[in-house]
Amino acid sequence: MDINWFHADYLPWLILLFPLVSFLVIVLFTSKNTVLSQVVGLGGIGVSWALSMVLFVKTVWAADPALGERVYGSSLDWMSLGAYTFRMGVLVDPLTAYMLLMVPLACLMIFIYSVGYMRGDAHNSRFFAYISLFSGAMLVLVLADNLLLLFIGWELMGFCSYSLIGFWAHKKTAMEAGVKAFMTTRVADMLMLVGIGYLFLEARTLNFRDILYNEEMLHHLASTDAILFGGSVAGLVGVLLVIGTIGKSAQFPLHTWLPDAMEGPTPVSAMIHAAAMVSAGVYMVVRMFPLLSAGADFHHFDYSTPMVFMGLIGAITALGAAVLALGQNDIKRILAYSTISQLGYMVAALGIGAWVAAVFHLINHAFFKALLFMASGSVIHAMEHGEHHAAEHGHGHAEHEEPDGLVMDYVAPPNDIQRMGGLLHRLPVTAITMAIGGLSLAGFPLLTAGFWSKDEIIAEAWHGMTNDPFPLFVLLALVVAAFLTAFYTARMWLLTFWGQPRTPAAEYASLGTFRKQWVVWWNKRGWNKDVKLMQEPTTARDRLSFAQMETPLIILAFFAIFAGFIGTPVYHALHDFLAPTLLEEPLKIDFNVLPMLLSMALALGGLALGWWVYAVKPLRQDEVDPTEKALGPGVWEMLQNRLYIDILYRRYLLRPVEWFSVNIVIQAIDKETIDGVLETIAEAFTWLGEAFKRFNTVVIDGVGDGLPRAVGDFGAWFRQVQSGRIQQYLLYVTLALLALGTLFLVQVR
Amino acid sequence: MVMTFSGVLTGILLIPLISAIIILLLPKEKKEEARIIAAMATGMVLLLALGVFFGYSVDDANAANDNGQAYFAYEDHVQWIESIGVSWHLGVDGISAPMVLLTALAGFTGVLISWGIEDRTREFMAFFLLLVGGVLGVFMAVDLFVLFFFYELAIFPMYFLIVIWGWVKTREYAAMKLTLYILVGSVVALIGMLALYFKAGQATGVYSFDFVDLQAAAKAGVFDEPFSPAWSAATTARLWFPAIFIGFGVLAGVWPFHNWSPDGHVAAPTAVSMIHAGVLMKLGAFAALRVGVQLLPEGAKAHLPWIIFLTLINVVYGALIAMRQRDFKYVIGFSSVSHMGLVSMGFATMNVTGMTGAGLQMFSHGVMTALFFACVGMVYDRAHTRDIPSLGGFVQKLPWVAVAFIIGGFVSMGMPGLSGFVAEFPIFVGLWDGPNFAPDAGWLTGSFTYYGLIAVVAALGIIVTAAYVLRVVGQVFFGDFNRERFPDVSPITIYDKIALVVLVFWLVALGVYPRLMAPMVESGVKPIVSMLGG
Repeated sequence: MDINWFHADYLPWLILLFPLVSFLVIVLFTSKNTVLSQVVGLGGIGVSWALSMVLFVKTVWAADPALGERVYGSSLDWMSLGAYTFRMGVLVDPLTAYMLLMVPLACLMIFIYSVGYMRGDAHNSRFFAYISLFSGAMLVLVLADNLLLLFIGWELMGFCSYSLIGFWAHKKTAMEAGVKAFMTTRVADMLMLVGIGYLFLEARTLNFRDILYNEEMLHHLASTDAILFGGSVAGLVGVLLVIGTIGKSAQFPLHTWLPDAMEGPTPVSAMIHAAAMVSAGVYMVVRMFPLLSAGADFHHFDYSTPMVFMGLIGAITALGAAVLALGQNDIKRILAYSTISQLGYMVAALGIGAWVAAVFHLINHAFFKALLFMASGSVIHAMEHGEHHAAEHGHGHAEHEEPDGLVMDYVAPPNDIQRMGGLLHRLPVTAITMAIGGLSLAGFPLLTAGFWSKDEIIAEAWHGMTNDPFPLFVLLALVVAAFLTAFYTARMWLLTFWGQPRTPAAEYASLGTFRKQWVVWWNKRGWNKDVKLMQEPTTARDRLSFAQMETPLIILAFFAIFAGFIGTPVYHALHDFLAPTLLEEPLKIDFNVLPMLLSMALALGGLALGWWVYAVKPLRQDEVDPTEKALGPGVWEMLQNRLYIDILYRRYLLRPVEWFSVNIVIQAIDKETIDGVLETIAEAFTWLGEAFKRFNTVVIDGVGDGLPRAVGDFGAWFRQVQSGRIQQYLLYVTLALLALGTLFLVQVR
Repeated sequence: MVMTFSGVLTGILLIPLISAIIILLLPKEKKEEARIIAAMATGMVLLLALGVFFGYSVDDANAANDNGQAYFAYEDHVQWIESIGVSWHLGVDGISAPMVLLTALAGFTGVLISWGIEDRTREFMAFFLLLVGGVLGVFMAVDLFVLFFFYELAIFPMYFLIVIWGWVKTREYAAMKLTLYILVGSVVALIGMLALYFKAGQATGVYSFDFVDLQAAAKAGVFDEPFSPAWSAATTARLWFPAIFIGFGVLAGVWPFHNWSPDGHVAAPTAVSMIHAGVLMKLGAFAALRVGVQLLPEGAKAHLPWIIFLTLINVVYGALIAMRQRDFKYVIGFSSVSHMGLVSMGFATMNVTGMTGAGLQMFSHGVMTALFFACVGMVYDRAHTRDIPSLGGFVQKLPWVAVAFIIGGFVSMGMPGLSGFVAEFPIFVGLWDGPNFAPDAGWLTGSFTYYGLIAVVAALGIIVTAAYVLRVVGQVFFGDFNRERFPDVSPITIYDKIALVVLVFWLVALGVYPRLMAPMVESGVKPIVSMLGG
């Protein structure tokens, strides 16, 4: 067969192949050589990114309504199930193309960053092998043309996240966090798989085009009654798929794994939170949206069961996680909760039918969240150096004790924002890029990408608000969450970078790039005379590492701003580009100035509050955090312990299962009943055997041995007759004659 | 009667048996020779089995299925004991061909892994070959007498292998338990088989143990008539199906007759555990399918809808117990109980999809468990303990074993891209689908909707699988390595590595490209399902 691999139909195979090949090459050949492994990993994702760009441009070029009818793709026979053959293939439509803009780019940035971040780690090769597999799996998921291949990528990512969260396997907390992540998502995945199986059964295919772009099929699925729980097939399958997303995208109540996933190296967090994993969950429901909304006319405020489910879960998650983010001191944990919260936005958006807005926010969020995580990694890295330096020079603490196992309110010192402060002048590039990312997260009006996508979601909820209580509920939750988001983002950034260093570690946190220029520039303005250029010993290698870590930040900062301008209320290129992905034109509402003003007010209000609390009078050493004071010790404690949800699960879910398996299954059923019955039978037979043995010796042997013995005894006794004495014989004769005589007399008479 | 004799299968069967005799004729001190002969014998069996596997023509099988003919490839068929209708009839269909390959794989890798056995090496290898031969005989038998003969032949060396080379603490108890369970099961099944033999003989006038003849009788409806005029409701099929299915099912670990298996697995030496859990349990499932479901479809239709609950218990129950074991080997033992439940569950779906999944699961689980026990054996040989909490950090010392175990672990939790998923997904789809015929009136709700619920519960059981696999991986292979307690952990040998690679290869190959095996299994499953009315 003659295949032009660079034709858009086949190019996707190459895109997903390269990272997977890098994984194999690293594992099989270069695992001993760190540098080579890095080169192979970078090369794989780099080529993949370049090809994705080619494909993206091709798709944009071809983008016209025809792309709805004709998408790029190819497939091959994989397995037959009964009368139905399964084909595995790839598909590129506008949605995929949009994802291809983000995923390989974010992955590439993370790879570059990792080269700097993982310097000196003993298991660099393993790390690059895993993240290559991770990005390969994500690309498989994005490019898949059917739900099963998507699920394969999905599960592979589950495996990768398990291995990478637990990457520092000698740390018990890391191992536990990996297992927790895997098990939590696994619960959801199995239910999702059940849903996939059921969908396959009813639709006889899992191909996206055959199901989602097929009106008859959707109608059939929406009008057939499901075999369980009532409702339609589409409803049941939809709910099960959404459960998959709840696990993967860390939505309430399965969100608990994500904050602990911070135990992994920071690039992994960026991978999980931005490029892959959690984005995958939302991507799946975005992809399956026609099925989830099948049978419901949400343009006219009639929502299907999966949509209401998504709306409620998303809204609760968006709000709940924003509240939780308020009460954290671990910089990565704040970001983790913000991810959960933002994913809640997307899921809620889908719930009210704001499909384009959800996709838009997914991509924008990925850019600024990758940026924020990697920036936080730089901060932590710098703080770790600071800790070492401070400890060496005697103003530090001794090595702190690491907890044995996961502890809810434990914060590792280098991650603790209370111990930072003033890092702006130590890490200017990180600080500024992180500010851009933070503003995007907070939705700073008009300039940032985060504003435009968040605004679109709020606008659509606003649009539905007056007609139905459901969008109203969603709107309220999202509005409060948006305000909190702006506030906690401001708190995080200001506590980290503003004011004076609150610990020696922060004072000696190692240097970022461009610091000299920064300090000169800062002093020229005469803003703050305290800022001095201290000369700390740094090697050229240190500076290179930092440059490797900060370059991706700058690139991503660009996207955190400019990725938003394709989807404003006036210029909606994105909407027109994505529209052919769906069978019917997605919701496009008229521009309304009120929700936009509301979004602006929320973001600015939250940021202003943050500024007022944390910047006007920066927090000093030994001062209590104003948020902590304002919330009071009870609430603060509760937030630190994550609303006790984890403890609840442990106490009321895990323990009972363990108890059940130990006491009921093993002890009562297996040991006592089954083995017990067996042992009783065995004992019964033993007893029976004993009885038979006795019977044998007493009765059968008694008879068997008794008869010969009796004969013998008789013989022995009878032998005495023959004594050999004549007189005795004569006596016998006489007695015999007497007896015979008597007998004779009796007879005669 | 048409006599055919291709000789391939008879050859596969005779190689291990003859090699066993040759090994026993060797002088006592020739240990290395015994090992080499055993490796060569199983190696040849493996090559031939690969030939059979890749030479099997799915098209021919499907053509025969479409014509409604019984299809067996590589048939050897000659008269044997004519007076009672026994013939030497071997052949493989789409279900048994993968099983022959599985046995050959487990046999070959088992010999490699037993290379270090120094205690009575000759006898060990001879018994082991006898065991492999017996198992192969069952999978290839088309005559029920031959099948039963080899079934018993497989059990007998098992007893000695466990009692002589097993784990000192429990070997006598376990060997006795295992032998008793299986013998009782097989006697029950034998009685059932004899009932079929006589019933078919009476009706057709030809007394034959040949599976093809019996199946023809079954198709003619002989077994759907009342078994005894005294009780007209009980047809032969309905009356004897449970005896045959459960009788053989004992060996497949059907709940509540599963308890011989974990004890047996744990007590057995590594190679024997591999054959034992990897292959022997499939023997039970295979015989239950071949003799039970295939000959008594009416019985299957009446009984499998409740037997499926037993299989569900198997899945969840085995997994829950595995989660709480401290002994490394018991974890794997109970995981086998759990996974074999999926096999029987696949049978109970009674449709092509689910049964194909069950066939694939037999192979996948066989290779996976063999791999598991090989890994456990390698760790135990070096650590001299199987207590999970006291192990740890073995990835540093035995990286190959750790990687192999983790791959096996992900197979067992159904990770896509590996064979476990390819097997489990069809089983779940098959469960949702349910049987293709209307259920008996009055049975439960009068429909098979509860099959969907079973799919949901079984899927949750698989989550528990993930829990115990990760727990073992975390505690045995990761964490801190205790240098004082395990001062000299030697690396694994080249033989061990070959064995691990051979096993892992199949798990990955099947997962990435299921067409390697799925169409074949499907061709074997179709005639069964068509008899079930699907």
